[in-house]
Formats: sequence, structure tokens, C-alpha cells
Amino acid sequence: MAVLDKALLSPAIKAAYNRVASGGRLYLSLVIIFVILLLVGIGSGIYALFIAGARHAYATYREIPVALLISTYVFFVVASTGICLVSSLGHVFGIKDFSPLAKRSVYLAIVTILSGFLVIGLEIEHPFRMALYNVISPNFSSNIWWMGTLYSLAVVFLTAEFIYLLREGRHKQAVIAGFLGVVTEVAANSNLGAVFAMMNGRPFWYGPYFPVYFVLSALITGCAFIIFFVFLAQKINRKAIDNATGRALESVGKLAVLLLAIMMVFTFWKIMTTSVGSPSAAAAMQALLTGPYAFNFWVLEISGGIIIPFILFLVSRQKNLTMMFAASVILIFSIFFTRLDMVVVGQIVPLYWELGVVEYSQLHRYMPSVAEILVVLGGVSFCALAFLLGEKIFDGFKK
Amino acid sequence: MKDIFDHGENREKEIPEIPLDRERREFLKMGLVITGVLAGGGILSLVSNVKNAYALDAFRSGYPYKPHYAMVLRQDRCIDCKRCMDACVATNSVPDYGWRTMILKRKIPQSVDQIMEFIPILCNQCNNPPCVRTCPTRATYKDKIHGIVMMNNKKCIGCKSCMMACPYNARYYNEARKAIDKCDFCFETRLSRGLKNVACAEACPADVRVFGDLSDTAGRVFQMVHQLQKPVWVLREDVGAKPNIFYTKG
Repeated sequence: MAVLDKALLSPAIKAAYNRVASGGRLYLSLVIIFVILLLVGIGSGIYALFIAGARHAYATYREIPVALLISTYVFFVVASTGICLVSSLGHVFGIKDFSPLAKRSVYLAIVTILSGFLVIGLEIEHPFRMALYNVISPNFSSNIWWMGTLYSLAVVFLTAEFIYLLREGRHKQAVIAGFLGVVTEVAANSNLGAVFAMMNGRPFWYGPYFPVYFVLSALITGCAFIIFFVFLAQKINRKAIDNATGRALESVGKLAVLLLAIMMVFTFWKIMTTSVGSPSAAAAMQALLTGPYAFNFWVLEISGGIIIPFILFLVSRQKNLTMMFAASVILIFSIFFTRLDMVVVGQIVPLYWELGVVEYSQLHRYMPSVAEILVVLGGVSFCALAFLLGEKIFDGFKK
Repeated sequence: MKDIFDHGENREKEIPEIPLDRERREFLKMGLVITGVLAGGGILSLVSNVKNAYALDAFRSGYPYKPHYAMVLRQDRCIDCKRCMDACVATNSVPDYGWRTMILKRKIPQSVDQIMEFIPILCNQCNNPPCVRTCPTRATYKDKIHGIVMMNNKKCIGCKSCMMACPYNARYYNEARKAIDKCDFCFETRLSRGLKNVACAEACPADVRVFGDLSDTAGRVFQMVHQLQKPVWVLREDVGAKPNIFYTKG
């Protein structure tokens, strides 16, 4: 049996290698660039954690203990949940329009989680202790424990689903694994929202908003990632999108319009309720509306993250793929900064703000360090590289 | 008058005290009305402070720990000499980039007497500690005997979620310990070695910091917290962490 597998595997690997090698100059150049950036990012993270020390290499500090690296982790894993959820509408929940997206989406869902894990692995001071004590000393009341454990489980289920999808005649197993994957992804995502929402000492985060918002935002991110990667895949594979995939993207575009409209309502009421809430939360919101984060908020979060993509999706009538791609690029770029704002702005108001003391009378500031930016580029490169290689290795995720 | 305090007979479990708190608040309000305090327009602000100022949370029928370590900070006595901070650094090997305790300054230019007051802060050793709830590996925990929020350094993964969760900015990452560091009421360096007082309290020349067992009805801490003559409050009471650091004046 093993010999047979080996005999079958070998030509498959050879064919995959040939597809990668014959990808063209641009393709191979991108692969090399992303490999270099990935190595630089990992090197930067290792240097920061094990040589220089995070206190010296990263720009986080006592008052802003988590920032760009955690927000990048959030960006990736929320994207994974979104991709998984949107694609599951077809292959798990039977909405046929979404079915053609299954294989590539499941692959991308795995890749994005792993990208997030790479970044957080280079953020946490003791990643090896984490691997051990998360297992032998779990804290079941910790949202972080649940979030990490559920996302790890999701990788297992999604990988199983992907393998079943690649094999003929394993549809039933793929649906079961896919269903478990979706459930764990959503639970993990909501727990990630709860990591922030259950911080009762941080009024900007505290409350039921974020766990719900994270699911909505995940769906929007998922739509953007799917359109973005399917569009690029057709370029890489030099093949026009087939009719079924075209219809699927149309449905994804329609879904995105609906979700962005809901997001407008969410955002409006978050602004309104937080503005009249505790002085600390109101100060954080003020920093977004008119303070140091106003550019991020109005230009990226609101315009780039909601309004412009909403208009582009509408104007494209979900048929103009280039316009939908442009909307997705703007969305993904903006969502990255939306995550950063959410993480950082929740911490910029000092904990003793309302005490009126001299030491904590100014908002805290954060500007990422070079090491942090390089780790982020490493994570992004891992995602890009895995996508590029995946397209060739799995031959455009054909049926 | 009926003694509504349970002087520690039911320490086994921490009983929610909401009805008692309410009763006490009503009683306090009634007292203020009777004595005519509410009628004085000029001291309305005092009344509204009183309403929130008494740390009614401290009036429990029992304390879940024995000894139930706590501290009362007599805020108006603090002169910002920082001897407490120096003693803490020396006792607990606190590096220059971190602190376990510090003194905050509040400027009130409109005040008719002093325009500056000093507020010492440290870990509040909360009864409902957000840091303990959020730690994924139970590296930080509430000790079952004395109630101090402790660290098990080898389990700390450095995710810093406890730093995010702490409402009092009481934690920092200590490179030498390779873990989060925080005030442990000098448990490691003093209490576990038989000493009875914490370094900061011992070093304070103005007796600002009164450390002791809140469940000891004869102790200073209990006596200072369980009275209505002087205001007693906790920081950020609204967070609901049930801190064991009390503040008082006068």
C-alpha cells in the first residue's frame, strides 16, 4: 500500500513542482520576494524575543502591552473565520451558488489562521511555554485559552475537510469536517471578541458589542478575501473565471453589500453609545472621531472599510469583477487598520484617567517599531506565499 | 443595636452582600437626611461624594481568606517622599523599567488649602481579579489561603493579557524573572519568611500604609475600614473587581 502511495505520490509531487517552476518570471519573482520577506520577518521576531528582548525591539510598553502584532493576528484569524463562513454557505449548508468556492476557500482559511499563528508566535514572550502550559494548565475561564484552543482545533478540522475535498467520493466526510470547522471557527472568533469584551477594566472594549461585531466583521473580511484571491488566482493560472465561479462571486458581492450596510448601523450606534458612556470610553471614541486616530477612523475605517467598498460593490452590480476586486483591495487594506485601531485605541486612555492625576492626564501613544513591522510583513508574506504555491500545487483548485 | 457584621464566623464562603450593602446605604442616607446634611446647598458635592465614597463592599459578613491580607492607605498623610517605592525596589528586586507601587499626584488648583495630593497605588489583590480570569495558563492565581494574587513564573507565557485586564496598571513584564511581575504584598521576600509587615508600609514615615488582616476584627485594617466616621473608598469600584486596597482620609 505504502509503495503504491509512494508511486502515485511521486509523479504528483513532480507535476506540482513543474507547475510551480513553470509559473513564469513574475510568479517566481514574487515567490522569491515573499520567501525573503518571510525569513526576514521570522528572523526579526526571533531577534526581538530571544536576543534583544521584546521590551527593546517592540514598541509596546506597560500601558500599551499589545498592539500591532496582536492586531495583525486578529486580522488574519478573523479573515479565516470569514472565509470559512462564506464558503461554508455552499459546501456545508447547501447554498449552491457558493459551492465552487469550497476548495480554495478552505485552503485559504487554513493559510490565514497559520499566518496569524506565525505572527502571535513571534509576539508572545514564551511561545514554547505556551505550547506546554496551554495543555497541562488550562484556564477554562480564560477567553484567550478558548480562542487559541478553538482556532487550533479549527486548523485540524479544516485540514481534514480540505483533504476530503481533494479526494473523490468523500463528500459526506468533507461536509462533517466542514461543519465542525465552521462551528469551531465561529466559536473561536466570538471568543476572540470576548477577549476584549470581557475586559471590565477597559470601558472602550467592555460589553457585548465586540463578540457580535467580530462575527459580522469576519463575514465582510471573508467576502473581501475570497474576491481578492479568486481574482488573483485567475491571473496566476492565466485562465478566465468559469461561469459557476463567476456566479459565486456575484453572490459573495451581494452578501458583501448587505453586510456592509449592517456594519454602517453597527458603527453608528457604537459611536453614539460610546460617546455618552463612561468618560474613559468617550475619550477613546473622541480620539477616533477628532483626535490622533481621526485619519485612521474616517479615511480608513469608515471610508475605506465601509463606504467606498459599499459604493463599488453596488456600482459593479456584482458583475464587474475588476471593480469588485478594487473594492476588496480597499476593504482588506482598511480592515487591517481597523483592527489596529480597535486594539490600540482600547488602551490609549490611561486606566486612572478618571482619577484626574498628573501622571495619567494624557492619552498614551503608540508607533510600531521596525521589528514589529517586519514581523507583520513576514506574516503577510507567509499568507501570500502559501496562496501562490497553493494555486500551483493544487492546480488552481480544479474540480 | 443589632450587630450586622459577621466577625468572621462564616469565612468559608464569600457571601454576596448586596442586600446588606443596600441596607447600609439606605441607613447612611437616612442618617444624613436626619442630621440635615442634605439641606446644606454648599456641601451638596460632599453628599454626592459620600454616596459613592464609602467602600461598602468592605462590609462583608465574612472574608474568604485567613489571613485576608489588605491595606488601608491614609491618603492625606502621603508626602510623596517615595520611601515606600525605594523599599519596594530594594526588597523585591524591581528593575528600573518597572514598578510594583508608585505615588500619583493630583493637582487641584481651585482648592482653598493644599493644591496637590498624593495617591499611592499598587496591586489591589482583588477578590474578583480580572487578571486571574484572563490568564490562559493559570500562571497568575488567587492564593486560596491568604488571597494574595500570586505569580507562578514558569507557567507565564508572556501573552500580557493580564496586563490588559488589570484595571489598576499593576503589572509589567520582568525580563529577569522571564514573567509578569506584580506586588505580592512582599509574600516571597517577607511574609513567607515570618515577617508581619510589607516593606512599603514599614518604610513609610507617615504611617500612610496600614497593612494587615482584614478578617481580624481587632486589627487596625478592620477597624479603619469598618467605621462610618471617615470616608473609606476603593479605586475604580465600578469595575467590580472587589479590591482589597482601601483609601481613607482624615
